[in-house]
Amino acid sequence: MRIFTRSAGPSLLLLAALLLQSQASVGGSNLVFYGIAALALILFFAIVVSVADNFMVIESKSIGIQDEQTAGLFPAFRQIFASRTPDYLKKGHLYTLTKGYDIPMEGKPQDIIRDPKVTRFAITPPDFFGLMPIPKVVVEVGDVVKAGDPVFFDKKMARIKFAAPVSGEVIAVNRGLKRSIAEIVILADKKQVSRTYTLPSAAAPREELVEFLLESGAWPVLRQRPYNVVADPDVIPRDIFVSTFDTSPVGPDLSLTVRGRMDVFQSGVEVLQRLTDGLVYLGLDGRGETDSPFAAVSGAEKRYFRGAHPAGNVGVQIHHIHPCGVGENTVWTLGVEDVLLLGEIFRNGRYDTTRLVALTGGSFSDPCYVRTQTGANIGELLAGEAVAENSRLISGDVLSGTQKTNEGFVNFFDNQLTAIPEGNEAEIFGWLLPLKPRASISPTIPVLSDHIEITTNTHGEKRAFVVNNDYEQVMPMDIYLTQLMKSIIVNDLESMEGLGIYELVPEDVALAEFACVSKQPLQQLLRQGHDTMISQG
Amino acid sequence: MKALHDFVTKFEPEHGKSPFLHTTYDAFYTFLFQPPTVTTGGVHVRDGMDLKRLMVQVVLALQVLYIFGTWNIGHQHFTALGQYTGLLEGIHLKLVYGLIQIIPIFVVTHVVGLGIEFLYATKKGHAVEEGFLVSGALIPLIMPPDLPLWILAVAVAFAVVLGKEAFGGTGMNIWNIALLSRVFIFFAYPTTISGDEVWVSGIEKVDAGVYASEAYNFVHHGFDWIFSGLGWATFGVGGNLVVDGWTGATPLGIAAKEGWEGVSAVYDQSSIFWGTIPGSIGESSVPLIILGMFYLMFTRIADYRVIVGGLIGFLVGGFMLNAIAPSVLTDDTPGIFKFMAIHPLRQMIMGSFLFAITFMATDPVSSADTPTGKWIYGFLIAFIGLIIRVLNPAYPEGWMLSILLLNTFAPLIDHYVYQANIKRRAKRTAKMAIERHELITKRGDIEILTPQTANYRDVGSTGVR
Repeated sequence: MRIFTRSAGPSLLLLAALLLQSQASVGGSNLVFYGIAALALILFFAIVVSVADNFMVIESKSIGIQDEQTAGLFPAFRQIFASRTPDYLKKGHLYTLTKGYDIPMEGKPQDIIRDPKVTRFAITPPDFFGLMPIPKVVVEVGDVVKAGDPVFFDKKMARIKFAAPVSGEVIAVNRGLKRSIAEIVILADKKQVSRTYTLPSAAAPREELVEFLLESGAWPVLRQRPYNVVADPDVIPRDIFVSTFDTSPVGPDLSLTVRGRMDVFQSGVEVLQRLTDGLVYLGLDGRGETDSPFAAVSGAEKRYFRGAHPAGNVGVQIHHIHPCGVGENTVWTLGVEDVLLLGEIFRNGRYDTTRLVALTGGSFSDPCYVRTQTGANIGELLAGEAVAENSRLISGDVLSGTQKTNEGFVNFFDNQLTAIPEGNEAEIFGWLLPLKPRASISPTIPVLSDHIEITTNTHGEKRAFVVNNDYEQVMPMDIYLTQLMKSIIVNDLESMEGLGIYELVPEDVALAEFACVSKQPLQQLLRQGHDTMISQG
Repeated sequence: MKALHDFVTKFEPEHGKSPFLHTTYDAFYTFLFQPPTVTTGGVHVRDGMDLKRLMVQVVLALQVLYIFGTWNIGHQHFTALGQYTGLLEGIHLKLVYGLIQIIPIFVVTHVVGLGIEFLYATKKGHAVEEGFLVSGALIPLIMPPDLPLWILAVAVAFAVVLGKEAFGGTGMNIWNIALLSRVFIFFAYPTTISGDEVWVSGIEKVDAGVYASEAYNFVHHGFDWIFSGLGWATFGVGGNLVVDGWTGATPLGIAAKEGWEGVSAVYDQSSIFWGTIPGSIGESSVPLIILGMFYLMFTRIADYRVIVGGLIGFLVGGFMLNAIAPSVLTDDTPGIFKFMAIHPLRQMIMGSFLFAITFMATDPVSSADTPTGKWIYGFLIAFIGLIIRVLNPAYPEGWMLSILLLNTFAPLIDHYVYQANIKRRAKRTAKMAIERHELITKRGDIEILTPQTANYRDVGSTGVR
């Protein structure tokens, strides 16, 4: 009579049989009853099968099969409900950002690094915000400079020296609008020479370090928020933030940039630690299966970020880690290349702006990386590359980069050169029937591929703000951007301040500008707001 | 395509010489083509979505309502007369009858509205904006089919000039244009929009309590000639008396006096649900409106927060009214209690709540801007609208007024959301500052030396200082 030891099954069956027999008297609620009965039956069989399965697992263990994953019929519950976060994230401090958008454009660079021969480099004063329009140039055409030698300084903040990116001969000082200095062009030596430095000792006070950095020409890599201006030497920043990954459309993989130079990066971080009495934060890439190489850096607070662009923007990271502001909440930010520059000075005693520039975008037949210094001439950089006709060259990414020509130079802070086709072609009923593929966050436009040949077409005309919460859709920040933009337009200083203008720089709102159905120039508006705030003190 | 583009661009008039022609050309050109403009400054790529496409999605969602509304005008007309009572019976007559009613309304709305829009665009020197695309599609649907066209023209002109252009055009208006035109008629010509007769087209009062169909006009006779040639049924001359017991009242009109019992004596629940009842042109069919609702919600054209907030507000309001109403209804119970006792879901399918919350309340320009504000805004529209509908005997339906009311208060809702945001962000920063302090304490002291005593030594090597 072993069968009665397992009482649940038979008794359930018995119950079901009894109830089924009496269904005639149950009356109107038959459907409910059958439903419950069917559910009970399914549950019963599920229990039987799962118990049997467990016995099988025990049996297989006893005969020496260790792999639990394959032993049973079903996956264990913890396998189904286990989060898919990789192990390294479980220990780290992770921010998961649900908002944002990765523009599905083609032209992601392959892991190939080329070394084109570039002879002309330039340092361009307009790359640095917060300067007077006409800086004092201390070199003349024909002068020979070493890498790191000062070439100009701002008339207001004369302590900050801006250095030559390479050694060579100054061949031109080009002027732009209203006699402002557009660029100082240097013909690079074949063999690069850096100026030499007498480093301050590791125990040197902060003032001495600051003085050294100002003098060394490396100071301008420190950028200060609010407003993204060149850091003020008289300010002690609350914290310093470095984003170690780039989520911008087809952006470069920064782990390639530091490959083999991790020690340099580490010394750069150590310098930063001495510049603040707060913390140095590294924003790490939490999207990959494996840990970011920057996780090995010591002495900095590490924060992982996971999500679509703009998760890699340092502004977004600051917003989530500890929002910045004016006064005591002033912070400094740097890019990975900027930390490397500091590290080179302190570790190897030389001014070296070597970086990888990613050649990206649909117009490159063969997107890749090139090794060069900052401010390289674009024409020479692209000499060996096949770039499609009717393309737009952009220093930076498609969202916040600057349009350039072959004669131009890569901007000081940029590590990406994008080329995409111009979209100067009318499209019949393009607004109604989007036949040519285009990127969009709207579900009404089917985006079928991850590699769209995206063009510079505006896809519509500028209109008044129509608030359909698209900005909130792509901005992973607790900021009401539409209202902020409106308060900038009407010059409402108090609202601007309260709604978070201090936390934003143009690159942070670039994605919202992309998504805007009214085609409003948000980055330009924000800059206008910054100008207002700065002029009002 | 290139050839067509070249052909069209040949006609481009000069802007300086004839601004009106240029504006007109520009409007049609951008309608026909997506212009070849490229980005300058700012971002280099733009989303494929623009305002035209955003607006046209709403118009697309309304198309099924147009088709249904056209048929329903004819269906109601003939049902009142006791002819062709089957749904598909005499469908050619019903559709033709409906078209003859709806096309003039549609044309007048667009000629007046777009005409004003073009004039203002010329005067102000900007492009013709797309806002009227949606307003123009919505206005015919919320009008009674027999509305005199001159009243419609005046109402549209009022709404577009004072409701929109006075504020600066599309995107700047504070009230919903379509509702503004309706509210204008509602208050300026109340008898044309709140009486019993108007909801069924082509039925006139011959004598006290005697209704008959109006005489068919030459357009109908023209179609009669075709139909008789095909051997189909024809309109005839008109003047038929309506069937016995026909009142032409809408369910809400009955419900206000007699509650659900009165309604179900005239209309059965399923016809109220499917929309084969008298009413404004496009707002009667629940399934088709829900179809449009889902389309707009899933394409994110309309914000789901307004709609869901509205549904919640409606149910809350409805159950609240149920709770207030006496549990047992007798013949002596006042009509208002009978109205209050109607189950919220039945309240929902009567009248035009679903249409209003889907197509009117979600207008991105006049609704609240913030996501949180949209929840509040949707909830209050439904809640207040239901109160107006049930508790205020002067207005048979409440959505028009409640949406306009909330349009007015949307900036106030937003204001408080922004204030909350400002406070929340300040609080968060303060909290982070404490966390930072803890982190620094835990880390211990990294030597950050700032003693003023330290002697500065020149560490540079070039001497430029």
